Amino acid sequence: MPTPESAFVPNKVSACVKIINRLGLHARPAMMFVETASKFLSNVTVCRTDTKEPVDGKSIMQMMMLAATQGTEIEITAQGEDAQQTINELVALVNSHFMEE
Amino acid sequence: MKLLDIVVKDAIIPKLKATERDEAISEIVEALVAAGALSPGLRDEFIKSIIKREKRGSTGFGHGVAVPHVKHSAVTEMAVAIAVSQSGVEFNALDRQPVYCIFLLLSPEDKPEDHLDAMEAIFGNLSQETFRRFLRQATKIEDVLTLLEETDSRASMR
Repeated sequence: MPTPESAFVPNKVSACVKIINRLGLHARPAMMFVETASKFLSNVTVCRTDTKEPVDGKSIMQMMMLAATQGTEIEITAQGEDAQQTINELVALVNSHFMEE
Repeated sequence: MKLLDIVVKDAIIPKLKATERDEAISEIVEALVAAGALSPGLRDEFIKSIIKREKRGSTGFGHGVAVPHVKHSAVTEMAVAIAVSQSGVEFNALDRQPVYCIFLLLSPEDKPEDHLDAMEAIFGNLSQETFRRFLRQATKIEDVLTLLEETDSRASMR
């Protein structure tokens, strides 16, 4: 039985975050992003805030098409029952410089 | 970024001989050396770093494609080699399937944005089933060049 509060939990969550690692979203960070996103049930889409063309955050090929250099702002959107947790982890990953520097 | 601006025409291999990852990387780097895009003295070092990079995480991203690469201070501008395998290369791809189209990139160390732009141009095409199919059907360098010309002109219209 779902608790009454669960009905109010939004199932679509978005966050804007800047790519801060020097090399940008190259293959290894993109792969880490996809691996993290894939742990969750939510659908994940990502777009550059300057173009708004979303790509699938669980597809490495599509993530590579973002060409997100250092300083690029991206918007991550998760939709699903674990949307908030998905966003939290993905934002933390980006902010960790993808453990690069 | 246009693919034809970064692809080394003499390093297009329509019939790759190698059937395993490390041999394939050597064969493609050798083609870049033969084409004059890389000095022979750097060949072994580059082969070693590209293989090392693959061991940290495969660039065989699925759908029969791989994009092995290296960033190095000796590289002054992007250079890309393209190899097509008719029989498939065992590349330790993420989906465990053989690889048929390989784009190997040499990127300057201090221009991460060029590397990302090149990847965007490459995956803009490789993510499309028709592009992969046409590339796999290529048997001559000219076939690959024609395909790249078409996709470049389409990209510039977008």
